[in-house]
Amino acid sequence: MMIGKGGFVKQQIAQRLRRFVPVASALALCCVASAQAVETQDPFEGFNRAMFSVNEGIDTVVKPVAKGYDEAAPLPVKAAVGNFFGNLYDAWTAVNDLLQGKPSDAASDAGRFLVNTVVGIGGVFDVASEMGMTKHSEDFGQTLGTWGVGEGPYFYWPIIGPRTTRDTFGWAVDSWADPVWDLNDVPVRNTLVGVRFIDMRASLLPADRVVEEAAFDKYSYIRNAYLQYRRSQIRDGAPLPADDADSAE
Amino acid sequence: MKSLLAKFSALCLGLSFLVAGSVLAQESSPDAMIKRVTDEVLTIVRADRDIQNGNTKKAIDLVENKVLPYFNFQRMTALAVGRDWNKATPEQKKRLSDEFRTLLVRTYSNALTSYRNQTVSYKPFKGQDSDTDVIVKTEILQPGSKPVQLDYAVEKHSDGWKVYDVIVGGISLVTNYRDTFRQEVSTSGIDGLIQMLVTKNRQLESGKAADRK
Repeated sequence: MMIGKGGFVKQQIAQRLRRFVPVASALALCCVASAQAVETQDPFEGFNRAMFSVNEGIDTVVKPVAKGYDEAAPLPVKAAVGNFFGNLYDAWTAVNDLLQGKPSDAASDAGRFLVNTVVGIGGVFDVASEMGMTKHSEDFGQTLGTWGVGEGPYFYWPIIGPRTTRDTFGWAVDSWADPVWDLNDVPVRNTLVGVRFIDMRASLLPADRVVEEAAFDKYSYIRNAYLQYRRSQIRDGAPLPADDADSAE
Repeated sequence: MKSLLAKFSALCLGLSFLVAGSVLAQESSPDAMIKRVTDEVLTIVRADRDIQNGNTKKAIDLVENKVLPYFNFQRMTALAVGRDWNKATPEQKKRLSDEFRTLLVRTYSNALTSYRNQTVSYKPFKGQDSDTDVIVKTEILQPGSKPVQLDYAVEKHSDGWKVYDVIVGGISLVTNYRDTFRQEVSTSGIDGLIQMLVTKNRQLESGKAADRK
């Protein structure tokens, strides 16, 4: 099933791209006015905390499944699963590279997608990384950020978890571009969505314990970590200028 | 025979000075320090089944002996507390740093127990020789997962380079506490913040048995 998918996926992406540009410009127009936020903006903390407990509830079911998967699946299987979904995403990363004005990254990520889809048997093997083609991590929320769209208030949504207002829009566009959600074969689609979700949850297992121990208030620890993480992604990992001038002795 | 032994031990001593000397010489650069400490810790963790199976106590010992000497906890704590740091008396600063250190050591040690088969790659260091405050970039590689960026903010002291911030995937483990700490200081003052840290550390200490499964 995975092997034949490459051409199909490419076709899907081309189709989506044609529809994409008008949506992107509309979004840009409506959001560009807000300034880049630096401080934490959490005006809906009450709602967010309620949703946070909802997700903690859902996680009591999801976490054991993820743990079971993590313990039962041998490493090569987990790597193959991670590679497969990572490869599907690389194509979308390349589109976002382009939208952010990074053509050489776009070429690299598009090249990764081609190499891994063809040589890496539908993306199961990450041949491109071994060839030295760096994997980037871009999504539409980051593209909006690069364009100067402000974060807006912070939200904690059911199932998908933390997103700023900008990243909520970004997520919606990412999901719309997601080839998995667009598969016509519903059982296959649902299986892929499910496996991807569990794989994602399993990859967060090591972080769980750290957060559990480190946080005084799990909600605000995760909020701050999410905001720091997203801001760093938009800077492409460049370090922040030292900001402790006011706190040094 | 005795003199031979004496000569031999003198030679050993001399050799060890040589080795120590070369280590010190290497450490004129901060990235060499990070690499040496990381390699040393990972070599121990790779060989230690107890730590891999979640023995927090052993991991904490390892961190205290091998890692702590290279950290500046006073500056770390100042960073985490932010503006309110200047309101603290020297005595309060010391207590805050001690308690924050205990908390971070425990968190970091626990992260070590989830070590499996990751490798660390060291990014080329871009600083100047004259820099005294730099970022050393590394990456944690794991098959099937995206690499995780792990950066260290390091500053030069008279006795060598010291880490004052650890940034995982863009998240500073230190400044992530700022909101919580600021809020606590504004409601209960510096002493309230010290008390909050003490309580948290006590809870973690008493829950220690539960960690070891």
